[in-house]
Amino acid sequence: MEAIKEALYLLLSGNPEVYGITVRTLLVSGVATAAALIVGVPLGYGLAQSRFPGRTLVLGAMNTGMGMPPVVVGLVIWLLLVRSGPFGGWGIIYTKWAMMLAQFVIATPLIAGVTAASIQALPPEITDLLRVLGASPLRRLWLVCREARLGLFAALMAAFGAVVSEVGASMTVGGNLRGDTRVLTTAIVTETSRGETGTALALGIILLGLAFVITLVLTVVQQRQER
Amino acid sequence: MHRLFNTKTIMLALSLGMHEFTPLMAQARAEVILATTTSTNDSGLLDSLIPAFEKSSGVRVKIIAVGTGAALEMARRGDADAVLVHAPALERDYTRSGDLVEGRLIMHNDFVLVGPPHDPAGVARCKDLACAMGAMARDQVFISRGDKSGTHQMEMALWRLAGIPPDSVRGRVETGQGMGATLDVAEQRLGYTLTDRGTFLAHRTRATLAILFEGDPRLLNVYHAYVVNPLTHPATHTESARALVEFLASPAGQATIDRFGRARFGRPLFIPDVGRDTMALMVPAEK
Repeated sequence: MEAIKEALYLLLSGNPEVYGITVRTLLVSGVATAAALIVGVPLGYGLAQSRFPGRTLVLGAMNTGMGMPPVVVGLVIWLLLVRSGPFGGWGIIYTKWAMMLAQFVIATPLIAGVTAASIQALPPEITDLLRVLGASPLRRLWLVCREARLGLFAALMAAFGAVVSEVGASMTVGGNLRGDTRVLTTAIVTETSRGETGTALALGIILLGLAFVITLVLTVVQQRQER
Repeated sequence: MHRLFNTKTIMLALSLGMHEFTPLMAQARAEVILATTTSTNDSGLLDSLIPAFEKSSGVRVKIIAVGTGAALEMARRGDADAVLVHAPALERDYTRSGDLVEGRLIMHNDFVLVGPPHDPAGVARCKDLACAMGAMARDQVFISRGDKSGTHQMEMALWRLAGIPPDSVRGRVETGQGMGATLDVAEQRLGYTLTDRGTFLAHRTRATLAILFEGDPRLLNVYHAYVVNPLTHPATHTESARALVEFLASPAGQATIDRFGRARFGRPLFIPDVGRDTMALMVPAEK
């Protein structure tokens, strides 16, 4: 009960640090999801439309990637970006860029996998028709995605939900630096390990609220287009 | 759809984004990676110490709180610029190999054995450390950090001292987590654990766990700061690292350490040590 009281106080008092952490969380996960969308949708589309030897293997690998443990992604990216690693010279370890990169790697297979599945669920006549009508490849991508929008929005929501709630990779590659790379999930870990369970719970409520609002907005857009 | 992306929302998003990224864009600003222990971070000490340094020096400090073992490994690979650690015996390996230089004694507190207040093992009755370790080893739950941290190293040393192989202690479990999380487990499992006094006093469980053994000079918890050797690790930010270590040892840094925790806990959580000799600390000042 004490914890819930503290949570409400923290929420209502407008603490600037909590506000900063929330904005940062939204920014890092938002950019990562957007980048994953740009790469993942064409990737999923390509895999759904093309036929080549080993395609099932590639799809299988991608579907495995949909459940990739964030902590493993974090570890691999940390090893790559840390100063003694092959890309240490970039100097982006323990920055928001590193976090975005890790979250991008987590989100991309998710978006590509769901995109491929929802495009394959479309009647095959649609793509044949578009080809016969002489639509350019880019235009075909756009029109097919429009038809598969319900699935694509689901992919978007699943990807954002996955990266915004992920803690292992963000902690490892971001370093949980106060006022810089501390996001809601890593702040919750910090407060919990400090024994400040009330603050931790308050941050948890903010995270849930944030995920809910974003998903709700996307759901509204998704359902409105359904007519 | 279009209403979502109107000029106003884009401007708002951009201004929030720009604000977040100003430090990133000003890359020219010097920065230093300080690898340190969870205790200095979980207790909140660095939160009151580092901003003052950042303000006066203009150097941005990235605090990576990982435990002494991992912090020293980061130093060995040149992944950190400076370390603040508390495992003197282990630190010697790294100064001898030349990975760490310019060591300074910064502060100390002490380790204490904590456990359930009703003390089923009778640890509080013990007069010496070996007796206390032996009592906990007998059919009691002992929660170990198990993470190669300075506290974990100390625990291993204490088992050695008592002549008890840690693996033979049936009730001993390892959390692999930081001090705070380990205290939580000890509380919930009605177990005993070894903790530094600073983290314990700053932690919620100070109300539910009791200090059952303290005061032995061997329980001293000494923190040293080092600069990662620029000769073996040329990519490190040595000037900033040096400035940070100097700050920790400076009158201003030491005064902050001394002040920290006094208001909230009625006593400092860490005792500043600059000007003192490590060996002199081995004789307990009080008790």
